Amino acid sequence: MIQSLLDGILTGAIISLGAIGLTLIMHMLRFANFAYSELLAIGAYAALVFDRLFSTLVPVLDEAFAPLTLTGALALSMVIAMVLTGLSAVVIDWLVFRRIRQKADPLSMVFASFGVALIIRNVIVLIFGHHAQLYSQEIARATILSFDPLILIKPDQVFVLVLALVLMLALHLVLTRTTFGFALRAVAENPALAQVAGVRLTTVIAAVWIIAGSLSAAAGTLYALTNQLNPMIGPVFLLPVFAATIVGGIGSVYGAVLGGFIVGIASGLALLVLPSGYAPAMPFLIILAVLLVRPQGLFGEDQR
Amino acid sequence: MIGVVSYLTFFLTMAGIMAIITLGLNLQWGYTGLFNGGVVAFFGAGAYGTMILGGPAEPGQFGGFGLPYLVALGGGVLLAAALAWVVGLLTLRLRHDYLAISTFGVAVALESLARNSQWLTGGARGMRGFPRPFEAVIESNFLFGVVFLLIVLAVLALVWWGIERLVHSPFGRALRAIREDETAARALGKSPTRLRLWSLVIGAAIMGAGGGLYVSYTAFVSPQDLLPILTFQVWAMLIVGGAGNNRGAVLGAVLIWGAWTLSGFALTRLVPDSMQLDAGSIQYILIGTLIVSMLLWRPEGLLPERISNPRNTTVAKAAHTSNKE
Repeated sequence: MIQSLLDGILTGAIISLGAIGLTLIMHMLRFANFAYSELLAIGAYAALVFDRLFSTLVPVLDEAFAPLTLTGALALSMVIAMVLTGLSAVVIDWLVFRRIRQKADPLSMVFASFGVALIIRNVIVLIFGHHAQLYSQEIARATILSFDPLILIKPDQVFVLVLALVLMLALHLVLTRTTFGFALRAVAENPALAQVAGVRLTTVIAAVWIIAGSLSAAAGTLYALTNQLNPMIGPVFLLPVFAATIVGGIGSVYGAVLGGFIVGIASGLALLVLPSGYAPAMPFLIILAVLLVRPQGLFGEDQR
Repeated sequence: MIGVVSYLTFFLTMAGIMAIITLGLNLQWGYTGLFNGGVVAFFGAGAYGTMILGGPAEPGQFGGFGLPYLVALGGGVLLAAALAWVVGLLTLRLRHDYLAISTFGVAVALESLARNSQWLTGGARGMRGFPRPFEAVIESNFLFGVVFLLIVLAVLALVWWGIERLVHSPFGRALRAIREDETAARALGKSPTRLRLWSLVIGAAIMGAGGGLYVSYTAFVSPQDLLPILTFQVWAMLIVGGAGNNRGAVLGAVLIWGAWTLSGFALTRLVPDSMQLDAGSIQYILIGTLIVSMLLWRPEGLLPERISNPRNTTVAKAAHTSNKE
C-alpha cells in the first residue's frame, strides 16, 4: 500500500513535468497535441547519445555521484537534451503546426500531430532499435525504509522527485516574478489584448514550446534513469499527460502539476486491485471520471 | 491465374472493408467536423462483439453463443454504437479536443481490455473459428471469397447510399451548418450537441459493421487488430481522398490500402533480412509523412467536398469566408 503510494508519487512527478508544457500548448494554441509525448522520447534519447559520448571522451565524468547511479556525464547530457528538445519543439512548430495554424482550423493541427507522432516515434525506432536501453549498467541499490510492511526506495528515485520539484519551482518563479512570465500569462489570458500591450505573440509561442520541450526532456530522462528507455516511452506517457492536463484543467500550470500527481498516485493504487495489464487504461478511466464530475478540471476555465 | 484472381478478391475485400470504415469517418469528420482519434476502438467493438455473439464456445470463456450471422453482426454494430454514445454523451458538450482525447483513450482502454480479459476476449491469443457465413451452401474457398467480396461491396453501396441520403436530408444540412458556424445554427434552433451525437453514433456503427465483416472474413480476431495504426490508416484514406466527399473517401481507401500493401511487398523484397523488423517502421514513417504533407499542401484531398445544391453555393461560400475572418 505505502509502496504503491511511493511509486505513484514518483511516476506522478514525471507526469507532472510532462503535463505542464502540454497544458500551456493546449491553452494557447488550442489543440490537443498527440505528438507532445514524443518530446519525452526525443529528450531521453538525446540524453542517451550525449551520455555515451561524454563518458567515452571524458572518463572523469563517468563517475557516479554515490549513492546515485547518476553520473556527471548524464547530468550534463540532461541539460543539453533539455535545450535540444526545446529547440526541436520550436522547429517542429515552424515546419508543421505554424503553417497549418495559418490556414486551417485547430482540428487539422490535432490531426497533423498524429502524423508527426508517427514519424518521430518510428525514426527513433530506426535509429535506436526496439530494445530497451539503460543509462547506467550499475545496479541501483534500494534502501529499505521499513521491513514490515516492506518499503523500498532507491536513492535515484529521491533525486528524481527532488529535481522535478525544483524544476517546477523554477517555472513558478519565472511565471510570477519576471516580465516574460507576465507576458506569457497575458497571452494565455487574452492573446489580442496582450498583443495590443506590445507582447510579441510569435516570441511567446516559441518560448512556450521551449519550456514544454525542456520540461518534457527532463521528464523523459528522469523516467529512463529510474526505469529503462525504449521507443514506446512516447505512447506510454501520452494518455497520462493528457489525463493530468484534464484533471488539472486546461491552461492551469498548477492544475497540471497536481493532476500529474493525482494520475500517478491513482494509477499506482489501482494496481493494488487490478492486474498490471490494465495499467494503460487507468488514465482513460480518470479522464472519464473527471468529465462526469467536473469537466473543466480542478483549476480550468476553458472547456468550450 | 486463379492465384492472382483469388489474391485480387482478397485485396478488394480488405479495401472494401476499409472503405466502409472510411465512409463512417467521413460522416463524423467530413460532414460534421468531429475528430475521432480512436477509429480502431469502434472497429474493434464491432469485431469482438460479432465474434462473441456468433463465434464458437470456448471452455471457461464467456460468449460463444453461436447466434445466426446477421444477429451477431447486428450485435457488433450495436456495441460500437453504444460505445460511441457513451463517449459522445460525456464529451460533445465540451471543447472539441476532449472528443479527440477520449476516443483515443477508448482505443487504448479497449486494447488493454482485449489483451487482459481472458474470460471475455481470449486474451492475447485472441478468438478464432468464426463460422463461415453460408458454409452449408458454399464449399469452395475461392467461391466463398468471391461471394464475400460481393457482400462487402453490397454493404459498401448500402452505406454509401445511406450516407448520401442522410447528408442531403435536412439532418445533413444541419450537420454542415453546425460544422461551419455553430452559433448561427444554434440561433436557427438546431441543437449542435444532439446532432453531433447522432453523427458520432451512426459513424461508429458503420465502423463497427466494418469490424464485423472483417471478423467474419478472417474468422479470427486478436488484440493485434486493435493497434492504433488502423486509426492512422483510415485517417490517411479520408484525407487523401477528400473529406466531405464519399467518392473521395472510397478512392482514398483503395489507394492507401494499395500503397500500404505494395510498400509492404517492396520492403520485404528490398530490405535485408537483418532489418526486416524495421520495415514496419518505414511504412509508419511513410504514412505519417503522407498525412502531414497532405495537410500542408492539399488539405482538401484529391476529390474536394462539393456543395451539391447549386442554389446553396453562394450561401456556402459566404459562410466560409465569414468563418475565416
